[in-house]
Amino acid sequence: MAFITRRSIIKSAAAAATLPLVGTGAWAAGPLKIAFVYLGPIGDHGWTYAHEQGRQDLIKHFGNKIETTIVENVAEGPDAERVIRNLAKQGNELIFTTSFGYMNPTLKVAKRFKKVKFEHATGYQRAKNMASYNARFYEGRAVCGTIAGHMSKSGVAGYIASFPIPEVVQGINAFTLAAQKVNPDFKTNVLWVSSWYDPAKEADSAKALIDQGADIIAQHTDSPAALQACEQRGLMAFGQGWDMSSFAPKAHLTAIQNKWGVYYIKRVQAVLDGSWSSGDSWWGMKDGILEMSAFNDRIPADVQAAARATQAAIIDGSGHAFDGPIIDNEGKERLAAGSHLSDKDLHAMDWYVKGVQS
Amino acid sequence: MNETIFISILMTVVGASTPILLAALGELVVEKSGVLNLGVEGMMLIGAVTGFAVTSVSGSPLLGVLAAMIAGTLAAMIFGYLTLSLTANQVATGLALTIFGIGLSSLVGEGYVGKTVDIFDSIFPAALAEHSFLRVLFGYSPVVYFSIFMTVAVAWFLKSTRPGLILRAVGESDSSAHSIGYSVIGVRYAAVAFGGAMAGIAGCYYSLVLTPMWAEQLTAGRGWIALALVVFAAWRPGRLLLGAYLFGAVMTFELHAKAAGFSLVAPEFLAAMPYLATILVLALISLRKSSGSQAPASLAKPFKPST
Amino acid sequence: MLLNLELRREPSRSMLYLTPVIAVLLTMIVGAIVFTLIGYDGPGAVREIFLTPVLDTNYWQDLGVKAAPLILIAIGLSVGFRANVWNIGAEGQYIFGALAGTGVALATWGMEGWWILPLMCLAGVIGGMVYAAIPAFLRTRLRVNEILTSLMMTYVAIQLLNYLMRGPWKDPEGFNFPQSRLFTESQTLPYFGDTIVHLGVPLAFLLAIVAWFVMAKSVFGFQIRVVGAAPHAARYGGFNANTTVWMSLLIGGGFAGLAGIFETAGPYGQMVPQFPTGYGFTAIIVAFLGRLQPLGIILAGIILAISYVGGEIAQTTIGLPNAATGIFQAMMLFFLLATDILVRYRLRIVTPAKLERAS
Repeated sequence: MAFITRRSIIKSAAAAATLPLVGTGAWAAGPLKIAFVYLGPIGDHGWTYAHEQGRQDLIKHFGNKIETTIVENVAEGPDAERVIRNLAKQGNELIFTTSFGYMNPTLKVAKRFKKVKFEHATGYQRAKNMASYNARFYEGRAVCGTIAGHMSKSGVAGYIASFPIPEVVQGINAFTLAAQKVNPDFKTNVLWVSSWYDPAKEADSAKALIDQGADIIAQHTDSPAALQACEQRGLMAFGQGWDMSSFAPKAHLTAIQNKWGVYYIKRVQAVLDGSWSSGDSWWGMKDGILEMSAFNDRIPADVQAAARATQAAIIDGSGHAFDGPIIDNEGKERLAAGSHLSDKDLHAMDWYVKGVQS
Repeated sequence: MNETIFISILMTVVGASTPILLAALGELVVEKSGVLNLGVEGMMLIGAVTGFAVTSVSGSPLLGVLAAMIAGTLAAMIFGYLTLSLTANQVATGLALTIFGIGLSSLVGEGYVGKTVDIFDSIFPAALAEHSFLRVLFGYSPVVYFSIFMTVAVAWFLKSTRPGLILRAVGESDSSAHSIGYSVIGVRYAAVAFGGAMAGIAGCYYSLVLTPMWAEQLTAGRGWIALALVVFAAWRPGRLLLGAYLFGAVMTFELHAKAAGFSLVAPEFLAAMPYLATILVLALISLRKSSGSQAPASLAKPFKPST
Repeated sequence: MLLNLELRREPSRSMLYLTPVIAVLLTMIVGAIVFTLIGYDGPGAVREIFLTPVLDTNYWQDLGVKAAPLILIAIGLSVGFRANVWNIGAEGQYIFGALAGTGVALATWGMEGWWILPLMCLAGVIGGMVYAAIPAFLRTRLRVNEILTSLMMTYVAIQLLNYLMRGPWKDPEGFNFPQSRLFTESQTLPYFGDTIVHLGVPLAFLLAIVAWFVMAKSVFGFQIRVVGAAPHAARYGGFNANTTVWMSLLIGGGFAGLAGIFETAGPYGQMVPQFPTGYGFTAIIVAFLGRLQPLGIILAGIILAISYVGGEIAQTTIGLPNAATGIFQAMMLFFLLATDILVRYRLRIVTPAKLERAS
């Protein structure tokens, strides 16, 4: 039976064979075909999982006006290029590629499929039919920093980080600056693990940071292993990408949740309206692309209020995660009082604020 | 550095070393019998996912470990049947087993991602297990004590028991062992099964003890370190224990050095060290040519009785 | 009634070629049943993984691109495997060759000229050979088992790659992302029209055919086969075992290094930490599936490419998880290794009566 379906598809494709390319625009009358390319498995409970939730939001919002396809576990590089290319060939009109390493492959395919629209997450390359999008994760880090400043007794946080790319550096700095507003002597001890995902190493890194004096752990890696290490040691930690409290109900204070759905809905609507155009979107908490997950009950009410205040100030624009004055960890003043760092500076950030040891 | 930190570091070292030691002990026995099973990583992953799934359903980590053992053994039996009964190439079969283990574990584990389980209770009273000093002896998961017990047991078995002697004879010269009347295939089946069981336990140490969760490729390539370790230890259980703790110590000290603000060498160099050290040890063994510490003579050679 | 195995006087040629086909068919049948039992569309999975990539010509270029590195590496490995030299570190030689070529690319960055690309490829070959020379040296001089050393060297190569990407070779304008610069026009392989097929693909197939010719017709090919079949006889026949080890490893390393630089200068267009995707290990499967014969390896490389490309198709069309691809590949190899015995042994059905008579 399945074979018959297949054959009928081939037949209908043959009927449309007058079109030079099967795909692009051939089924424009039907639902909008959207594809997602994922780095991990959809069940990774981290980065890919958050994007998958965004796709679910999309389905809920548009129902049968759209038809979505996913490909998971796509290695960054040539495999990604082939997968993206085939998705474009299969008639998808909008393709989201959700990892930094898909940037060059997406660009290559975008050049060949001018009618297909591409959206690439976390990169810096764009084209007429390829937009880029990212979230201001550092805003959430500032909220975590406020909590850490209040909750840490030792005044030292451990920060497990992957690679010193601007996104990670912003997070470390925003976290530290916010904590120092509460406790001016607050220090952040960064441990680079040179990997996005290595549970055993992340757990051992957390233990090493704790043994070196940290009593609260933040991370910019993808597994909940560090949280579990903190749970076993009776300490505190922040989740990454999604609410990870199920792994560490006591240790998990809160997490930055990526709500890609709001962005996806807006962009799909733009395609349906015919108003889609390329560009760079760097959305923050005020756009709803980032949310803090439920605060742990162990955080006292006044600390919760302080965290909410940090969040509210960022949302209404009265505060910024990078308000001056900012002094870097070599004692140089990077920004005078009375302004905040520009997006351009943030995109190129490769220095650390005072109190960061990396 | 005060003594609390020192004890914590020691405990981290033991924790990081235990699964590698377990898997390597199993592989050591397999290799001593003249078989090279490169599927350790695959068997570990199958053990990890099975242990987690069974613990998650039954609520008993002990059942989980038993299930992981059985699952590892079953996976090893695929290898055993192909290489021993059907005399297939051991290298290719081992690699296929790893590919199989990665795929199977991620398929089975799909429903368990994002969950966690309760870990083992300490077998010692809290007064000992949580004592600020004595925890260095009593504060571990039962699996850790098991790994040390097994090191001693394997060493004794190989050195002082008759079956151990037969196993080594089979590994050194399968044809002479066969002509004396020992069942080469039978001995090797038993060794391969043991290797699978140990790899299964090693795998579930990750999913039940170190990071109580399941995620794809949770063991992140540590099965290969176990393989290297067997060679590094020159096929001796005692050295295996030292080697495993040495590797664990280097990894842990690296993290501590970095956390304390020192960066002595590139971390990649330390990550490559187990493998470089193994190659060096292999070369040194050959230079010294001391008997008894070399690779089993029949390693990776298929055997088919010609009767 | 009993099944008995009986040693054939010489390996069965028909079984040699028939068993890979049997293995693939068994994989399809068992795969369909197993995946149906665990709640997926089993027949659909087999159809999408094994048939769609072949029937839909749109995917042929994907197959070529995916098969090329596998075939190249497997060809190199097959020479050693035939001589009983077990180089399983092709992945490391693939990485090291690619790194050597990348080094040339970064050194010539900003320059132009026809000579840059050939120089990169040469560096790739030499890089792979140099890396394979280490196990060769240890084996010939110190009698150290090359299975273990070549495998260990692979993990050293991965760490070297990580180090170079994180440190010295990081793109200075790449916002600290661990990856190299994008190669320039003079440093990337040309493509055929609007396809994803780069020059490395036809070259891989061409080299496979050349290898077939060399193995079948030359003295060297004969020497390799003799050493593999009967090492002791070979020694008496005046063949130097050490030379064979060196040749085997250098050829394996050279081919793997070439495959590495083809991938870097082709589809990647730069060097990235995600470069090692296990081609060096998959190529071992390809070499066995192809019966260590160049033409068989071409076919086997294409079959593996089908399973990869088909796995991606099955994800988009019937929602089969990615893990299924690995299971299908492993099954294919298991079945091949299992049926392998039919080449050397004959299956005899023995009835009890016959048994009694025999005893």
